[in-house]
Amino acid sequence: MGLAYILRRLAVMVPVFLIVVTVVFFMIRFAPGGPFDSEKQVPPQILENLNRRYHLDEPLAMQYLRYLGDLARGDLGPSFKHANRTVNEIIAESLPVSVELGLIALVWALLIGITAGGLAALRPNTAWDYVPMTISVLGICLPTFVIGPLLVLVFGLWLQWLPVAGWNAWQDRVLPSLTLGFAYAAYISRLTRGGLMEIRTQDFIRTARAKGLSESQVLLRHSLRGGLLPVVSYLGPALAGIITGALVTETIFNIPGLGRFFIQSALNRDYTVVMGTALLYFTLIFVCNLLVDVVYALLDPRVRYD
Amino acid sequence: MTDAMAAGGPVEEREGGVSLWADAWYRLQKNRLAVFGAVFLAVEIVLCLVTPWIAPYEFDAQSLELTLAPPSAGHWLGTDNLGRDLLTRLLYGGRISLTVGLLASLVSVAVGVLYGAIAGFAGGKLDNAMMRFVDVLYAVPFVFLVIILMVYFGKNIYLLFVALGLTQWLTMARIVRGQVMSLRRKEFVEAAISMGVRPWRIVTRHLIPNSLGPVIVYLTLTIPSVVLEEAFLSFLGLGVQAPMASWGTLISSGVEVMEVAPTALIAPAALLSLTLFSLNFLGDGLRDALDPKGAKD
Repeated sequence: MGLAYILRRLAVMVPVFLIVVTVVFFMIRFAPGGPFDSEKQVPPQILENLNRRYHLDEPLAMQYLRYLGDLARGDLGPSFKHANRTVNEIIAESLPVSVELGLIALVWALLIGITAGGLAALRPNTAWDYVPMTISVLGICLPTFVIGPLLVLVFGLWLQWLPVAGWNAWQDRVLPSLTLGFAYAAYISRLTRGGLMEIRTQDFIRTARAKGLSESQVLLRHSLRGGLLPVVSYLGPALAGIITGALVTETIFNIPGLGRFFIQSALNRDYTVVMGTALLYFTLIFVCNLLVDVVYALLDPRVRYD
Repeated sequence: MTDAMAAGGPVEEREGGVSLWADAWYRLQKNRLAVFGAVFLAVEIVLCLVTPWIAPYEFDAQSLELTLAPPSAGHWLGTDNLGRDLLTRLLYGGRISLTVGLLASLVSVAVGVLYGAIAGFAGGKLDNAMMRFVDVLYAVPFVFLVIILMVYFGKNIYLLFVALGLTQWLTMARIVRGQVMSLRRKEFVEAAISMGVRPWRIVTRHLIPNSLGPVIVYLTLTIPSVVLEEAFLSFLGLGVQAPMASWGTLISSGVEVMEVAPTALIAPAALLSLTLFSLNFLGDGLRDALDPKGAKD
């Protein structure tokens, strides 16, 4: 796998990205209602000034080209609802929070998932296998917005062990990241178990056992590398899911991240923020998928992209 | 799924030829989880359908002296913060959630089946171009597009059907294309071609009906993901709007009052989860029943 492959993937991204930008841009402009519609009657003079300030008085094609030009320079424009703030500033403030939340959730998912799956595969058809695999069915079926509130109810309100909202101390990180990571931990544990069970009968594992390695050494040194391939290829969808799931998690736990900002702007019809954030999400998901494919090829020498 | 495997065995105790559908029905009955799912869904659907006639309360009837009441004989699941009967709202919510799930899935089936069948039948460059387009769309996170749609064109429930349906047809198109490609070489299709039947008629009369099995299986697996997406949007306030309720909005308002009235959260959460479980079990069961070779895991 070479640089050419990565470049070609990026090259495919460009037209897709352009199509998405165009679709979203014109969808917004043709939608009924303007960004400055409000309960109060705004004097026409003020409305005109507002429209001029945000270049809404120009012809549509002109606005579109202006947006593309700004976008190429990485400028997502001003927010319509928060005066004096640009979309870039809002993203710069809230993205790090979301990235932190997502990374902790991913660490949970991998840690819990691979441990539970590995234990289950070491002792198949015992309680070590049945208990986590049954819980994992729950984890896969229950959506984030069910798990989150239930965790809050039990650990936040009834047991009072952990805070239920905010983003300051480390305790604030626990419930949101568990909420976000739980479903992926569940899925990863099943993938790990499945991958390890399949690889158990391969020749190189038998060789490792014949050398006299202990069962856990066989697992750590030989089985995991091959057995984890399904997990790696699942990481792409998992990352995309974590990014989407953060919308709900940040709303439930009142976390000042990008997801909550996106939802709030969507409810406020803050056009530029919604559009800028959505484009950022698209890019993040594209890049995550590309990274996962590259890692996959690095781990499995049988995979060749061309 | 050991039940499914047991059901996958030969059907020796019955005599004579067994049609695909009779055989599938037999296998499905042997799968306890799938039967549980089917029964649960049947009861739920009937209850939701007859709710307007059997419910003692209107779905928006408020009794302000009885807000956030715990479960009692008059209100089996208690009341919400406006004193509305929770069980009634849960069943009315079910009507909406299940309707959205079914209609949006049908939209996705219509688009996916037609697209896949045309691509598979046409073959060659057209097929290549159409499937490349699907590959590209796979990379687009549609949730965000649906949210943008809902924001800019009003939170309209009919738009919701279409928007959710249009996010779900990609896999269906791939499945149908694969089916059609293998069917295309069969004698009866060649016979139809040689008799001069028009391509459109071959697709609609011969190819689509013969790939119905996998379509039904995937349809039952699409419904839960659409129900989930609707609940996700409604939970965020971007789906079904008050005073109408769906399970998503009920969970969302349950979260606000869960400290005082935990049933307001637990009841819709449990009902949504049980429905998703049942739909998934039934879908898996149908897959095993209709395609014994491709058992999962």
